[in-house]
Amino acid sequence: MHPAVLTVRDLRKRYGATVALDGVSFEVQRNEIVGLLGPNGAGKTTTINMILGVLEPTSGTILVENTDIAAKRSQVLANTNFAAVYAPLPGNLTVIQNLRFFGLIYGVKNLSARIEALLEQFDLLAFRDTKCGVLSSGEQTRVGLAKALLNNPRLLLLDEPTASLDPSVARAIRLQIREFAAQGEGGVLWTSHNMYEVADVCDRVLFLSHGKILLAGDPRTLPAEHGKDTLEDLFVTVAREPLALERT
Amino acid sequence: MVSLRRTFAILLRQFYLIHGSPARVVPLFAWVAIDMVTWGFITKYLNAVSGSGFNFVPSLLGAVLLWDFFIRVMQGVTMAFFEDVWSRNFLNIFATPLSISEYLGGLVLSSIATSSVGLIVMLVLATAVFGLSFFVYGVLLIPYLLVLFLFGIALGVIGCGIVLRLGPASEWLIWPLPALLSPFVGVFYPISTLPAWMRYVSRLLPPSYVFENLRAIVLKHPHSPYALFWGAALDLAAILLATWFFSSIYQHAVRTGLIARYSAESLS
Repeated sequence: MHPAVLTVRDLRKRYGATVALDGVSFEVQRNEIVGLLGPNGAGKTTTINMILGVLEPTSGTILVENTDIAAKRSQVLANTNFAAVYAPLPGNLTVIQNLRFFGLIYGVKNLSARIEALLEQFDLLAFRDTKCGVLSSGEQTRVGLAKALLNNPRLLLLDEPTASLDPSVARAIRLQIREFAAQGEGGVLWTSHNMYEVADVCDRVLFLSHGKILLAGDPRTLPAEHGKDTLEDLFVTVAREPLALERT
Repeated sequence: MVSLRRTFAILLRQFYLIHGSPARVVPLFAWVAIDMVTWGFITKYLNAVSGSGFNFVPSLLGAVLLWDFFIRVMQGVTMAFFEDVWSRNFLNIFATPLSISEYLGGLVLSSIATSSVGLIVMLVLATAVFGLSFFVYGVLLIPYLLVLFLFGIALGVIGCGIVLRLGPASEWLIWPLPALLSPFVGVFYPISTLPAWMRYVSRLLPPSYVFENLRAIVLKHPHSPYALFWGAALDLAAILLATWFFSSIYQHAVRTGLIARYSAESLS
């Protein structure tokens, strides 16, 4: 039995009197895509930032393949990567310069070959010498995803990765992420507000509300278990009436 | 363990940015060249009007050259850091295996590369056009240059910490830092010219020992054999203080979530 790719135990974050995250625990297994869902301000990005080591938890533990990020930050982050719409790569570097820079930082072996493969995979060959700042938002998202896969991460964190993509490209990206999860040794933690996408991609979902995990389960069966027709209906209920779900 | 590969990545990034960017290339040499030309002619004029036979070139032009070198070293560190500020790259860069010591090491390497360009341009202009000879300083010039270099690094790292803590707008507090120090370190005049309270501050600043003693060497006055030791010791203290300062600010930024949402809007 392989260890979980990600283990989060009793994670809490307080800003003074404000509780941003209140005892969150979950796991992401190898070859699994887990959706982290919830309304704005529920704590999704806070959770991701803590897993990425850029936000210190007030308490709790984060393990990537049984290694604690608090104790071995560099080792954990060498096996982790992320893409987020709010963290575009520097616009003053070209696509290939960005990938080379981050490839060196992540210690990627055979970097040139890896970059070429990713340029081809994300249909970026024509933009290799284009500065990222002049790319369309969809192209920038693809560069961000190429960067996120540079080091073949054990844990891939995707914060609304398809938010700025047209449906055709978004579908292709979803397929590639599913392939990454299915074929490699990694797992994926995915946030999205697109419930159709979540139902299509995720093996399991976690609903966050007010810093707590309210619901967890299979996105295809979870709505019916709570008397809802669709995942979107369930999302709306989580956002508007979380107490009703807490009682069920 | 520090990874040289990751440290080198920061230097490579700086090379990518400078390469083919006139807005970044020109400042590497233009301002120091203008300083050399201006002060070169001032010293020539002073030599002509003083009639004393005293050569102002090594004492004034040499001092300007060394002070500009110090400023370039400091700005070499801050400029490389500001690239991450301007491109809002903190989340991308600090969510990687890169450690703070590797990051700061990369900023130092970038500074060595960029300040070397300025130093070479200044040396060529000062020696070829205005006849500055470094032989008058003797072999002590090299360790004194090193004292200035190390203090430039320390001040640059402190500047980065201030901007990380106070936000991108505080960049404007960092550029004038060398000008703020210059009255205390006696670039153009002996420390004894200063009032007592300023002399106390001078004693804490490594460049004071450099300028005071190089001036003494040029004027063939006795110079302190301990000056180099004190300059180096204060440098070491400044480097340790600067590293601690930046690390503390970084830890605070990680605790508060500032790294993840660093921008002019979130900090002002």
